Amino acid sequence: MHELSIAASIVEAVTETAAAYAGARVIAVRLRVGALAAVVEDSLQFCWSVTTEGTPLAGAALAVRKMPVVIHCAACGVDAEVGGVQSFRCPLCGQPAADLRQGRELEIESIEIEEPEGEALVASGEKDRR
Amino acid sequence: MTTRIVELRRGILKKNDELAAGLRARFHAAGVLVLNLVSSPGTGKTALLERTLRELLARGFRAAALVGDLATDNDARRLAASGAPVRQINTHGICHLDAEMIGKHLEGWDSLGAVGAMPSSRIAAAMNGSPAESAAAVATGAHLAALDFLFIENVGNLVCPSSYDLGEGIRVALLSVTEGEDKPLKYPTLFNSADAAVITKIDIAGPCGFDRELALRNMNEIRPGIRIFETSAKTGAGMEEWLEYLSSECTGRR
Ligand SMILES: Nc1nc2c(ncn2[C@@H]2O[C@H](COP(=O)(O)OP(=O)(O)OP(=O)(O)O)[C@@H](O)[C@H]2O)c(=O)[nH]1
Ligand SMILES: [Mg+2]
Ligand SMILES: [Zn+2]
Repeated sequence: MHELSIAASIVEAVTETAAAYAGARVIAVRLRVGALAAVVEDSLQFCWSVTTEGTPLAGAALAVRKMPVVIHCAACGVDAEVGGVQSFRCPLCGQPAADLRQGRELEIESIEIEEPEGEALVASGEKDRR
Repeated sequence: MTTRIVELRRGILKKNDELAAGLRARFHAAGVLVLNLVSSPGTGKTALLERTLRELLARGFRAAALVGDLATDNDARRLAASGAPVRQINTHGICHLDAEMIGKHLEGWDSLGAVGAMPSSRIAAAMNGSPAESAAAVATGAHLAALDFLFIENVGNLVCPSSYDLGEGIRVALLSVTEGEDKPLKYPTLFNSADAAVITKIDIAGPCGFDRELALRNMNEIRPGIRIFETSAKTGAGMEEWLEYLSSECTGRR
């Protein structure tokens, strides 16, 4: 239900980053979304297209990488992926495991931009730091 | 044309997370225990809080509340009757509270002034004003550092509030006996992010055919070891244990 606010936050972050690359166009935004992030991808895709319509980000693809839940089992001393989000037990020993190591992510991994030839070297301050 | 990948590795809700971290530091410095109550609409958040505020004040604790709803100040009115300082947050269509709303509605609560039970005449006067005025008036006298507890009642929603950190110390997920024992399995994000859970309306568990064992098992499946309370805001059943937990968490954090 909050996919619209999430789409708006992505637009804000991407616009901020892309501003450092004069003349560039954003062609894709890559996200990492944990299985527990409570984000419905279809809904996010829809909100993304609506939010970016008529803006410089229009047409940019939203690539979502799903991150499964990983728990840490103290007994086995391992980090292990659990099958879904309905049970938080170590897949090796079956013990309940409350120590979550992955699965809550809701982050922008990277953006893919297209720059006109020759302009690629015109770095702004932001780009110099990278 | 050349393409390039620019690494960001930035949380989408970074702005909220940063604001929440600021709030958490502020609450910690003020020595106030903050609880964020989340559940679906109608689970009984306000009913539990009404009773909780009343009982805490009667035991000499100082408590205040912020309450989020899409619209109306009904819940703030109900809670203010306890005598505790209360502010209503209307989200105007937004399905959850976020850290910015909390920060905004705490304005003035850092200033000096004693927190105490407000005379009911003042509540009545405050409540006759516009919602904005009444919120300001009811809040008069609140001061974070003079509080033991600040309760935040979130917007009734089992999905969205789980993603937004409000700087709380304890997140409490509520489930009523009328909602079905499988809700923790259907809304794992919310129950997994909770520090404690309350099963509400246990006075009507019988007629609802509520399967207590199954509900407890499901909660433990999603959040192993979670502390679970069972209460009735109607009869007061289970309130003692809940209040005991609150006071021990409060003194434990001092
Ligand atoms: N029998 C019984 N009814 C309850 C109890 N707690 C709440 N109710 C009833 O459940 C309904 C909803 O209670 P509220 O306290 O308004 O629920 P809420 O979670 O604050 O609702 P929203 O703020 O709208 O999300 C009301 O009619 C209450 O009287 C309880 O312990 N027992
Ligand atoms: Mg309520
Ligand atoms: Zn194990």
